[in-house]
Amino acid sequence: MFMRFIYKFSSPPYFYAISGKMLPWLTVLFFLLLGYGLYGGLVTAPADYQQGDSFRIIYVHVPAAWMSMFVYVVMAISGGIGLVWRIKLAEIVSISSASIGASFTFLALVTGSLWGKPMWGAWWVWDARLTSELVLLFLYLGVIGLYNGIEDKRTASRAVAILALVGVVNIPIIHYSVEWWNTLHQGATVTKLDKPSIHIDMLIPLLVMAGAFKVYYFIALLLRCRNELLERESNGKWIDELLEKVK
Amino acid sequence: MRIIKQKRLGLILLMIAGISIATFFGLRAFNDNLMYFFSATDVIEGKAPKDHLFRLGGMVVKGSVVRQPSGLTVRFVLTDMAKEVTVEYTGILPDLFREGQGIVANGKLDANGVFIAQEVLAKHDENYMPPEVAGSMKNKPAETQK
Repeated sequence: MFMRFIYKFSSPPYFYAISGKMLPWLTVLFFLLLGYGLYGGLVTAPADYQQGDSFRIIYVHVPAAWMSMFVYVVMAISGGIGLVWRIKLAEIVSISSASIGASFTFLALVTGSLWGKPMWGAWWVWDARLTSELVLLFLYLGVIGLYNGIEDKRTASRAVAILALVGVVNIPIIHYSVEWWNTLHQGATVTKLDKPSIHIDMLIPLLVMAGAFKVYYFIALLLRCRNELLERESNGKWIDELLEKVK
Repeated sequence: MRIIKQKRLGLILLMIAGISIATFFGLRAFNDNLMYFFSATDVIEGKAPKDHLFRLGGMVVKGSVVRQPSGLTVRFVLTDMAKEVTVEYTGILPDLFREGQGIVANGKLDANGVFIAQEVLAKHDENYMPPEVAGSMKNKPAETQK
C-alpha cells in the first residue's frame, strides 16, 4: 500500500502536476510563518537577561543549524532509496537537497560567528561543535562537486548517494558534540529530553521560525526537483503533452 | 528482483554499520584531543601540558576577581566545583565575563602554579530568559555549570 503510493507519487508526470498545485499554498504558509516568527522574535520576545538583544540571532541561527542536519538526513535517505529501488525521483530529491542544505549550513556558521565575536570574544574556535558543522559543509560541497564531476546523471546519483550515506555518521556527532566533549559552544537548549531551558515567550517564535524554515526548504526542494526533472526527461512524452497544453 | 533489492539494502546497512564502528573507535582514540579545554582538576592532577599553551575552562569564583589599580591586569580564580586555579590576564575581557560565569582561558602555567592567560573567552550557557525571571531566580541556589 505504502510502496504503491510511493511509486505513484514518484512517477514524473504525477509529481510534476501535484507539486505545481502545492507550491502556491506552501508559499502562503511560508510567509505567514515567517511573518509571525520574525515579529515574535524581533519585537514581542523579551530581551535576554545576560545577552540583551544580541540573543535574537537565535531566531535565524538555530533553525538554520537544525535544517542543515535535517536536509542532510533527507538527502542521505532519499539517496539510499534511489540506490536500492532505483527510483528516479528519489535521486533527484537527494541531489536537489544538497545545495539547499549547504546554504543552511553556511548560514548557521556565519550567524554563529557574528554572535561569537561579541559574546565569546572570538569569531571562530576549533571546538567539536563548530568543527563538525564545518565538516558538514564540506560534505555538502563534496556531494555537489562529485555530482557535477560525473557526466551520466544516473551514475552520478549513485556515487553521490554513497558519499551522502557515509557522511550520515557526522549527524549524531554534531548533535552530541556538546555532551561528549568539552566545547565552547553551549549545550542543547530545546532538542533534549528535559524541559527546554528557554523562556516560553522566547521559545514560541523560535519554533515558528523553525517551521518557516522547514516550509522554505520544501518550496525550494520542489522548485529544484521540477527543474531537474524537466532537464532529465526533456525527451519524455509527458513533457510534450505538457507543452501542448501551454500552447 | 526483490532479492537484488534486499541485497542492496543489506549492503548499504552493512556499510553504515562499518563506518559507524570505525568512527566510534577513531573518536575514542582522539578523545583527549577533541576536548576544547582542561578543567581545574586536570591541572591540579598534572594532566595538562607543562611547557606549552593549553586552554583552561571553568567558572569564575564569586568575589575572586581582583583588578590591579593601574593597567588592565585582572586576577581571578577558576573552579570546576572540585579544584581551583588562579588565573592572571592582561587585556580586554569579553562582554559576558563576570563572577559566576563560565569562561575558557588560553595560556600557560607559571612556576607558582598561576595560569597566565593570553586570551579569555566567555562560555555562554544554554539558558535563555527575560531579566525579570532571572531576577526572581537569584534567591535559588545557582545552577552548576560545566
